[in-house]
Amino acid sequence: MSAPIRVVVNGAPREFPAPLTFSQLLDELALAGRRLAVERNGEIVPRSRFGEARLADGDRIEVVIAVGGG
Amino acid sequence: MNAPEKIAAEDALVVAGRAYRSRLLVGTGKYRDFDETRRAVEASGAEIVTVAIRRTNIGQNAGEPSLLEALPTSRFTILPNTAGCYTAEDAVRTLRLARELLDGHSLVKLEVLGDAQSLYPNMPETLAAAKTLVAEGFQVMAYCSDDPIMARQLEDLGCVAVMPLASLIGSGMGILNPWNLQIIIDRVKVPVLVDAGIGTASDAAVAMELGCDGVLMNTAIAKAREPVRMARAMKLAVEAGREAFLAGRMPKKPYEASASSPQSGLIAPSGTASHKSA
Repeated sequence: MSAPIRVVVNGAPREFPAPLTFSQLLDELALAGRRLAVERNGEIVPRSRFGEARLADGDRIEVVIAVGGG
Repeated sequence: MNAPEKIAAEDALVVAGRAYRSRLLVGTGKYRDFDETRRAVEASGAEIVTVAIRRTNIGQNAGEPSLLEALPTSRFTILPNTAGCYTAEDAVRTLRLARELLDGHSLVKLEVLGDAQSLYPNMPETLAAAKTLVAEGFQVMAYCSDDPIMARQLEDLGCVAVMPLASLIGSGMGILNPWNLQIIIDRVKVPVLVDAGIGTASDAAVAMELGCDGVLMNTAIAKAREPVRMARAMKLAVEAGREAFLAGRMPKKPYEASASSPQSGLIAPSGTASHKSA
């Protein structure tokens, strides 16, 4: 559980010293508490699982919000 | 009684079983800021507003205002779109994210684009995405070409509304093929909304006079010199066009003039012409 991991978040590579939870990831990215949705490797990560689900090495993460659009 | 106000009040747009007073749907892109967005949406009277789903900027958004604070979901039906998607797979992924973002909200706008120059819809990918989304419980309002067969196929797949283009997205060219729209309106049972291409108020009125159930627009309001005033103009145009459609226009009589004033009882013509018949 303590091996460092490399992931890609919104297209940018990131490295963490250990596999963190999604809640911890959002804290790290200063996104905690914002209205957003997360996808891991093409699959939705429900908000209800942010506290327990952990990132794994090689994960591709998308973090999205609602923006202006037609 | 059939007071006009009462007819208008009862004339709701029903999409996926929910009734809306306003038949104008507006986008939220291309505004200067969220305050202008909010004021334009308020002036438009729209109850359904579209939003896009995009990657959040990381590391530069602490305390940054969010669109959903300017347009709270308690007051507006937020319609997430798939603008910018070129494949069915990306459109489906985007709307799954939107559903998660909006707490299970299932009414969505599907658009799958064909190329970046025309932003014309890719209909095979749109149909494929619609099939998947309907199976996953989404209520799909589908942007489409003004092809009556495509509109029918989207309806057959279970889309809750079809939204043919009037002309290219953001072009402001108005309704280029009213005859195709008329065929779609006549043959499709789910609501038909014109989406894309509206340039000014008369375009919106014409769409409604044709019998469209509603109009969706963004650029025509956002890129007007005074967006808030244009939003109000569009609200009035959609209402006027709808009322004119319900009222039923007079028949066109190209070769037959018909005076509106009585033809008898005219005063005697001036001069020597008292012998002329009235």
